[in-house]
Amino acid sequence: MNSRLVVSFRQSLRQIGRNMAMTIASLFSITAILLILGFFFIIVVNINNISESVKENFDVVEVNLLDQTDEADTGVLMDEFRRMTGVLNVTFQSKDEALENWKDQWGDNADLLERIKARGDNPLPNAIIIEVEQLSDAESVVQKAENMDGVEKINYAQDTVNKLLKITSFIQMGALILIGFLLIISVVVVSNTVKLTVLAREKEITIMKYVGATNWFIRGPFLMEGIVIGVIAAILSSGLIAGIYHYIVQNFGVDFMLIMSIGFVSEKHLLINLAIIFVALGASIGACGSIISMRRFLDR
Amino acid sequence: MIEYKNVTKKYNGNIGIEDVSVRIEKGEFVFLVGPSGAGKSTFVKLLLKLMDADAGEIFFNGYDVTKLQSIDIPRHRRSMGIVFQDFSLLPKKTVFENVAFAMEIIQMPRKAVKRQVPQMLDLVGISAEAHKYPAQISIGEQQRVALARAIVNNPSVLIADEPTGNLDPETGWEIMRLLEQINRRGTTVLMVTHSKEIVNAMSKRVIAIRDGHLVRDERSGMYHPEDDSTEADQNEELFEI
Ligand SMILES: Nc1ncnc2c1ncn2[C@@H]1O[C@H](COP(=O)(O)OP(=O)(O)O)[C@@H](O)[C@H]1O
Ligand SMILES: [Mg+2]
Repeated sequence: MNSRLVVSFRQSLRQIGRNMAMTIASLFSITAILLILGFFFIIVVNINNISESVKENFDVVEVNLLDQTDEADTGVLMDEFRRMTGVLNVTFQSKDEALENWKDQWGDNADLLERIKARGDNPLPNAIIIEVEQLSDAESVVQKAENMDGVEKINYAQDTVNKLLKITSFIQMGALILIGFLLIISVVVVSNTVKLTVLAREKEITIMKYVGATNWFIRGPFLMEGIVIGVIAAILSSGLIAGIYHYIVQNFGVDFMLIMSIGFVSEKHLLINLAIIFVALGASIGACGSIISMRRFLDR
Repeated sequence: MIEYKNVTKKYNGNIGIEDVSVRIEKGEFVFLVGPSGAGKSTFVKLLLKLMDADAGEIFFNGYDVTKLQSIDIPRHRRSMGIVFQDFSLLPKKTVFENVAFAMEIIQMPRKAVKRQVPQMLDLVGISAEAHKYPAQISIGEQQRVALARAIVNNPSVLIADEPTGNLDPETGWEIMRLLEQINRRGTTVLMVTHSKEIVNAMSKRVIAIRDGHLVRDERSGMYHPEDDSTEADQNEELFEI
C-alpha cells in the first residue's frame, strides 16, 4: 500500500515533469522560429523603406559642395543650374538643414544625430538640391555638374537606382517565401510537441471520449495550451527582437544613414507592429498545431 | 432497445464478429461470454461506435448506430455507462473528482455534480474514501469508483467489459451485487465475463460468441466448457503476441 503510494506519486511527478519539458521545448522552438521570422520582417520592412525613399528621390539631383565653396560661388552655381533645360527648382540645403532632414526621417532614433550636432563635427556637406522634370533631364544635369568648380560629389545614379529597386524586390520576395516556409515548419513543430502532451494525457482523452464529451470540449485544454505557448513565445521573441534592434540602431544607425542616406525604420513603429503580428502568429501557430496533433485521437 | 442485425466487423481480413444478430430488451441483464479473441470487445465497441461496422445494422433506442454522424456520437455515448479495462481511473484525481469528471465533461451544472456524486459514491459504498486517490484504495474499491462513474450520468445501458477480471472472488461478488442492484433500478446491463462461477450463480441471459459468431443465446443460461479458451486457442494467442 505504502510503496504503491510512493510509486504513484513518483509517476505523477514524472508526468508533470514530462509535460513541463515538452512545453518548454515547444516554447523554445516557436520562439526560435519567430526570432528568425522577426529578422526577415525587419529586413523586409527596412528594405521597403529604402526602396520607397529611393523612388521618391528619383527626380532629385543632389550636388554636394566642397566645404571651401563660399556663398557667392554657390549662388553662381545655382543660377547655372536654373538655366538648364528640364530643371524645375533649385534650392540650397545647408549642413545643418541636411542634419535636420535626417532627424525627421529618423523619428525617435534622432537622439543619435543630436550627439553629432553637439560635437559640432557634422559630417554632412552643404548641397544644392535640383528638382528635374524627368530622368533624362537629370542625366544631362549630372553630366554638366560634374565639370563645375566647387562641386564635391553628385548624388544621383539612375543605374544604381534601378538596380537597387530590382535587388530590393528580389530580397523581399525571397524573404516572403522563407517566411512562408518557416510558418509551415513552426506549425509542424508545435503539432509534434503538442502531440507528445496529448499522448501523455491519452488516458484522460479516452475517458472523455467514452463518456461522450464533444471533440471541441476535449480539444479545449490542448488548444488553450497551444495558444498560451504561442503567445508566450511571441512575447519572448518580440522582447528579444526589440533588444537586438535597439542595439543595431544604436550602434550602426549612423553608419547605415551615411551609406544609404536613409535611417532605419523607427523602433517604436516597427516593434509595435511586430508584436501585434507575433501575438497573432503565435496564437494561430499554437492553435493550428494542437488541432492538427489531436486529429488522430479524435477521429472516432 | 438494442438490436444487432447481421453485423460484421473485420480487421484487415481478421474476423472481429461476423453476421451477428441479437436483440436485448430494456431492463435485461445479459452476460456475453466466449474465449479470448472471440469478438466480445468488438461487439461492445461497435455499440459504443468506437469503431465502424463493415456490414449490418445496430439499433439502439430506435436509431441505427452504424449510421450515426460524428456530431451525434457524443450524445449517443452519454446514454451508456462504461466499465472497461482500458478505461481506468485518473491517478491524479481523487475518488470524488474521478466521478465528478464524468459529469463535468458533459457540462453538467456544479450543483448537480455536488448532489449526484455523493449519492453514487454512497450507492457503491465508498463514501468514506471520497477524498482518497486511486492509489490509496484497493483494486476492488477502484472498480466500485469506476462503476459509480459509469452510472452517475444515469445511462440507460451499463456496459461492463470483464469488470471482475482482476478481482479476487470475494470482491468480484461485491461488484456483481452492485451490478444487480443497478439493473434493478431499471438499467440494462451488458457484461462481458470469463467467470464461470458468476455466470452460473446469477442465472441470467447468456450470449456466447466464438470466432466472431453467435453460438448460443439462453435465458437463465449457464457457462459451458467451450466458452473458455481451449489450450489450442491460448497457444495461438501466444503466437499472435
Ligand atoms: N484493433 C484490432 N486490430 C486487428 N485485429 C483486432 C483488433 N481488435 C481485435 N482484433 C481481433 O479481432 C478478434 C476479436 O477480438 P476481441 O473483440 O478483442 O475479442 P475478445 O474481447 O472476445 O477477446 C481477435 O481475433 C482479435 O485478434
Ligand atoms: Mg476483450
